[in-house]
Amino acid sequence: MSKTTAGEPTDAAAREDLDVGVAGSQLSTAPTESPAGVPAMGVIGWARWFWRQLTSMRVALLLLLLLALGAIPGSLIPQTGTDATKVAEFEKAHPTLAPVYDRLGLFDVYSSVWFSAIYILLFVSLIGCIVPRSWQFVGQLRGRPPGAPKRLTRLPAYTTWRTGAEPEQVHEAALALLKKRRFRAHLAGDAVAAEKGYLREVGNLAFHIALIVMLTAFAWGQLFKMEGNKLVLEGDGFSNTLTQYDDFKSGTLFDADDLAPFSFSLKDFTGTYEVSGPNKGTPRTYQAALTYSEGAYGKEKKTTVKVNHPLEIGDSKVYLTAHGYAPVVTVKDGRGKVVFQDAVPLLPLDSNVTSSGVIKVYDGYRDAGGTKEQLAFQAFFLPSFAEGNEVSSAFPALLNPVLNLEPYHGDLGVDSGIPQSVYQLDKRNMKAFKDSKDLQLRDNLRPGETMTLPDGAGSITYEGTKEWANFQVTQQPGSGWALGGALAAIFGLAASLFIQRRRVWVRAVRGADGVTVVEMAGLGRSESAKVPEELGELAGILYDRAPGAPEDPDTPESTDPPEPRAVPAEGSEK
Amino acid sequence: MTLAAATDLAAATDLAGAVNLAAATNENLASISNTLIYSAMAVYTLAFFAYIAEWTFGGRSKVGRTAAALTAQAAAQKAAPAVTVQKAGGTAVLERPKVVVRAAAGARDLPDGPGAHGGDEQGDLYGRIAISLTVLAFAIEFGGVLTRALSVQRAPWGNMYEFNITFSTVAVGVYLTLLALRKNVRWLGLFLITSVLLDLGLAVTVLYTASDQLVPALHSYWLYIHVSTAIFCGAVFYVGAVSTILYLFKDSYENKLVSGGKPGRFANSVLDRLPAASTLDKFAYRVNAAVFPLWTFTIIAGAIWAGDAWGRYWGWDPKETWSFITWVAYACYLHARATAGWKGRKAAYLALAAFGCWLFNYYGVNIFVTGKHSYADVGLGVLQSAGF
Ligand code: HEM
Repeated sequence: MSKTTAGEPTDAAAREDLDVGVAGSQLSTAPTESPAGVPAMGVIGWARWFWRQLTSMRVALLLLLLLALGAIPGSLIPQTGTDATKVAEFEKAHPTLAPVYDRLGLFDVYSSVWFSAIYILLFVSLIGCIVPRSWQFVGQLRGRPPGAPKRLTRLPAYTTWRTGAEPEQVHEAALALLKKRRFRAHLAGDAVAAEKGYLREVGNLAFHIALIVMLTAFAWGQLFKMEGNKLVLEGDGFSNTLTQYDDFKSGTLFDADDLAPFSFSLKDFTGTYEVSGPNKGTPRTYQAALTYSEGAYGKEKKTTVKVNHPLEIGDSKVYLTAHGYAPVVTVKDGRGKVVFQDAVPLLPLDSNVTSSGVIKVYDGYRDAGGTKEQLAFQAFFLPSFAEGNEVSSAFPALLNPVLNLEPYHGDLGVDSGIPQSVYQLDKRNMKAFKDSKDLQLRDNLRPGETMTLPDGAGSITYEGTKEWANFQVTQQPGSGWALGGALAAIFGLAASLFIQRRRVWVRAVRGADGVTVVEMAGLGRSESAKVPEELGELAGILYDRAPGAPEDPDTPESTDPPEPRAVPAEGSEK
Repeated sequence: MTLAAATDLAAATDLAGAVNLAAATNENLASISNTLIYSAMAVYTLAFFAYIAEWTFGGRSKVGRTAAALTAQAAAQKAAPAVTVQKAGGTAVLERPKVVVRAAAGARDLPDGPGAHGGDEQGDLYGRIAISLTVLAFAIEFGGVLTRALSVQRAPWGNMYEFNITFSTVAVGVYLTLLALRKNVRWLGLFLITSVLLDLGLAVTVLYTASDQLVPALHSYWLYIHVSTAIFCGAVFYVGAVSTILYLFKDSYENKLVSGGKPGRFANSVLDRLPAASTLDKFAYRVNAAVFPLWTFTIIAGAIWAGDAWGRYWGWDPKETWSFITWVAYACYLHARATAGWKGRKAAYLALAAFGCWLFNYYGVNIFVTGKHSYADVGLGVLQSAGF
């Protein structure tokens, strides 16, 4: 690839480099590009060749490009990790395409084999690149800046003048000046050689190392992370053990013993909402007042958890992720005995917290005839009921709560051993209670109201409403390292991009006519504009210490006559 | 509980009163903002014509500097291979030695064009008028953004309309700042103002969204840091992209001249006045390199905020993914320039691809890809519309 494309400029560069020679070498620790020649025979030859290829800048660039391209499909095709239902929809809509995608890992791009292969290769390449570069850099720090090339006029920035001072005086003045400017400078032959800006290399190495730290921290976090959800009613508590969670996910190496010991209880949930305007119903405040304690017997402390403000306990964070209502109901059987009294959390269906769920009475209930049975009430809840809209809430706050109930009796099917959702009703063995017209019994209750079941089957009373909040607890070790790596990367990057590494040479020799000729030249990476400026400044100071002597009349002097009445070019404004 | 609900309700009603009172002033502010934006567009249009006049008058002097420089170089190379060195004047002993600058190894050593005015006095005058008008339009547009922000009582990044007006304001601000720092960027003017007009036209027609009383349910300063740096980075990347495109044109123009071809009259007149290809290339590189660390920081700020809001730092959400892709693409560009065989045009294509990723992250992802930021009830929908 590079053979054909790099042809011309490389040749030109090579020719030029002959002039600058060793003086221009090692101005960075970037590996030199070797042509992708055929390797020597033998396994070791091949291995070496492969390693050299892998750690070359060309392959690093290629892998970086691949990484960018490889990340694209994951943003356009639904991903199991972020939205499993979307994936299911996609599979339904594209029955032929989906299995192919699945085989290619396109539903799980960021953990697919090929994507992992790209970044693992990239990081192997990175490590393979960093280690030799660091050694090389240490070598450069130990050594001294290379001596001046023969023809300083060849360098990108150059200046010269004749002075009455002795060459030794010029050298001394130059050394003093450059050292004062924090160049590493020494006298090599007839010229002072100086170099500055090593921090650029330090920054560059730090940046690449920080990338490794970040990836390692990220991988560590994936392996040892945990994430669990718990719905907590106002007044109830939670303690951080595996069995308490409603659902729980963890990385492969996570161990239940790693759960941080803490507990908290929800004292009060507060939600206030925009009451008018186009965004009516948008939450204004949304927060949970908690008391919590760390460790098994920690002191109780108070705190408030909000969106964006999780509670942090050690490595764990407790986020407030959702909220809803839990009507408190009392169920009595035919003889008036209370068989159930509790707050039942319902799941919100829309942004106005229209909610639904099921109230299930498993034990203790006997019907009018005294037979053991189970009861269930399909519940539908509107925190703000408005006339004319019976099916959804008008506002998220509890302004005018109405609980709509449909009672059933029979067998809930819990003994069958199949796990069932607490929010859904399996009606296969349940019979609806009928009203006097033999229709499904259904009624709207307001707080304090009671629905009486037909034929003395008992009653249910809607006592009031509690709120619940859902908390997500996460533990992601290594995130501190990832953040540290990220910050180091930024500083390294800034140093690497903003600091110029450059060399300056000052040669002073006695000319044929006995007058000292001073030559100064500067060399930086091709992008640096500062080199000529800095050289000009240094030359100015040095010129004051070794002022000019009359010009040798033989030397041709170039002049550029100013264009009459011309407006200066824009660049000259600098 | 019912008690708590009642207090909430009372608080909410209180708020409602305050909001209603404030609503009238806010509507006023919003309409002032609209007027300012339209006025800014009018002044930008005037500036646009002034830039056109600058280019037109500048075209009168057909310098053909690049071609002239090339022939001079060829002649010099034949006659005297040694580099002419300017020395301190023999008589004026006090004059400082002059630094001779030589192009880096393997690069063409061509002078920069004189700029749009082409050395013409009248052209220059129009150019200066254009810049003054740009400053005026910038001030007006800035006022428009500010009143918009006041009218909605939040940062003006709630929807694509607001994002667009902020974005173009910042882009022009970056241009004017570079000018004020006496950088050689005057040639950017026409290209920048043209796209600013397009951007604003799009904003007021297709993207316009009435000022609405959005409530920032997310009181996270990370979000503000994240979005404002993202806008700034975008504006600077944009300046970089414009000069990259101009570099590509100028480079082929120079290539044609070097290989003895005859570029068309238009190319001769327009491209000749631009800075040399190597200057444009360097400028684009510096601009892109300078914001790259800030872009890195933008992504990290986003991750920190996502960690606070959603309990995960990184979730490969489309927006996150495309920020990452943009970042890697710019890293490719920076790497490419350190790799032999990828400097110059190839690196420039990478830079344009990277900017394409940035654009897609804003427009494309918002329009074509549905991100999953759904967080029932938490009001995080604001984020979606904020675009980040
Ligand atoms: C994770 C992937 C990588 C990323 C994101 C990355 C990013 C960057 C960036 C942004 C720069 C520009 C900073 C500057 O110019 O000083 C840079 C420079 C550099 N990178 Fe990488 N890099 C990666 C992998 C590698 C690998 C695998 C190598 C070795 C083969 C490498 C070698 C270099 C070198 C030598 C420079 C300095 C070039 C110069 O001095 O101009 N990088 N890298």
